[in-house]
Amino acid sequence: MTPKIRLNDVKKSFGEKKVLDGVSLDIAKGESVVVIGGSGTGKSVLIKCILGILLADSGAIEIDGEDVTHRRASEREAVNKKFGMLFQGGALFDSLPVWENVAFGLIQGDHMNRKDAKAKAIETLAKVGLSAEVGELLPVELSGGMQKRVGLARAIAGSPEIVFFDEPTTGLDPIMGDVINDLIVSCVRNQGITALSITHDMASAKKIGDRIAMLYQGKLIWVGDAKGVDASGNPFVEQFVHGRAEGPIKMQVRR
Amino acid sequence: MNFLAPIGAVALAFLGHLGRLVIFTGAAVSHCVRPPFYPRHILRQMIDIGYYSLPVVGLTAIFSGMVLALQSYTGFARFSAESAIANVVVISLTRELGPVLAGLMVAGRIGASMAAEIGTMRVTEQIDALTTLSTNPFKYLVAPRLIAGFLMLPVLVLVADIIGVFGGYMVAVYKLDFNAGIYLSNTIEFLEPLDVISGLVKAAVFGFIIALMGCYSGYHSKGGAQGVGTATTNAVVSSSILILTFNYVITELFFGT
Ligand SMILES: Nc1ncnc2c1ncn2[C@@H]1O[C@H](COP(=O)(O)OP(=O)(O)OP(=O)(O)O)[C@@H](O)[C@H]1O
Ligand SMILES: [Mg+2]
Repeated sequence: MTPKIRLNDVKKSFGEKKVLDGVSLDIAKGESVVVIGGSGTGKSVLIKCILGILLADSGAIEIDGEDVTHRRASEREAVNKKFGMLFQGGALFDSLPVWENVAFGLIQGDHMNRKDAKAKAIETLAKVGLSAEVGELLPVELSGGMQKRVGLARAIAGSPEIVFFDEPTTGLDPIMGDVINDLIVSCVRNQGITALSITHDMASAKKIGDRIAMLYQGKLIWVGDAKGVDASGNPFVEQFVHGRAEGPIKMQVRR
Repeated sequence: MNFLAPIGAVALAFLGHLGRLVIFTGAAVSHCVRPPFYPRHILRQMIDIGYYSLPVVGLTAIFSGMVLALQSYTGFARFSAESAIANVVVISLTRELGPVLAGLMVAGRIGASMAAEIGTMRVTEQIDALTTLSTNPFKYLVAPRLIAGFLMLPVLVLVADIIGVFGGYMVAVYKLDFNAGIYLSNTIEFLEPLDVISGLVKAAVFGFIIALMGCYSGYHSKGGAQGVGTATTNAVVSSSILILTFNYVITELFFGT
């Protein structure tokens, strides 16, 4: 079966700096893969390359077998319809009220009428624990964690086939974080959505991921079953999972 | 030969910009004429550009008309040609001052705000978010602004022409003691349709330039708050220069022999 997403030796540099140095990964339909890795290792860049927001320098990116490597996001409208994306920084439309942010893809992309789209938006907001009153506010009037949840609601409102979550639980309290984990799991299990998530939170990674991949120095140094991450036998993964300062991964800090 | 390197670098950077601007313009115009359209957005931009610029443009026009009457009076009195004042006021306003001054004022007001708004959307990834929601940013952000600029500037300039002529009339009649009826008939009698039409054509072109440079600068802004600031400055400076350049080109096309 053709994988939903196929990455083959994807490379991306910014000037001299190699961020992705040959990333290969296949993600099957209905599978949830979590990418872990240190801050600044290129996790967000990887997702942006798949989305076409950044163009990969070389390698191949296929969505449902269709090669999209050299097409910018604005040149691949049919493919974009399959995507939902939660941006790390939220990227909410600050001039539109919350409900319209969530309903945006429905109104503009799917041409749903505004009334139905609003009902759907409020329903989706409820899933991330936000009330209908919050829907009437502007994004600036929300707390950081609330903005994150609105971004999440926007990503899944259009019932996409593939969703990307860039740090879905960062900035949430532990209880709400777990609610969001459950929501992501239910998206994948019940609706057959394919998910690629990024997180630093190992508990969350183990809960939402079928497989976990670790990005280090531009390469996926370990890809394996989420349950096996604690006993990976890979010293890099061990150090990351247990959050130790000592180990093979050296942080660029001066003592 | 080292001194040639920086010159070459500047020339290359300029050509790069020019190329990007041409591609941007092509993409933007093609989205203006292909559906789907965003009527709500076009209307909002039209109100922003047309209605909210009225006070600024009106004030500019009335003082320009007044000063034109006063200046030409003091100048023309030397040749006892005061009767030409009405003429001078209306022709200078419709052909030149109306479109150019309105264009420059709107460039400062609208061009800057477009660049700031789109630039902020760029640096906060809102433009990237648009594409992931199957919305083309050219269609959604750029095209409505271009259409509104192109349509509203002529309207603004027509209003500015009328207000400016009125300003000239006030000075002529109430300060310089001209006969009101004669001043008005002089104004209308010597005015050719082409005077007004050429001014409106200029206005449409200027409106397009203002929106184009505002969107282009914003769309390509980089970095954070500083990048948006640079984009805003670039939008105003480049559209002002382009307005003055195209003002000459269009004048040459209409009246050059
Ligand atoms: N537009 C860009 N221009 C230049 N460099 C960039 C750009 N985007 C990202 N980078 C660089 O690429 C590297 C990876 O960035 P990325 O945002 O993918 O990190 P990340 O793994 O998501 O980190 P975090 O966990 O902190 O979000 C960083 O070193 C960053 O400096
Ligand atoms: Mg990131």
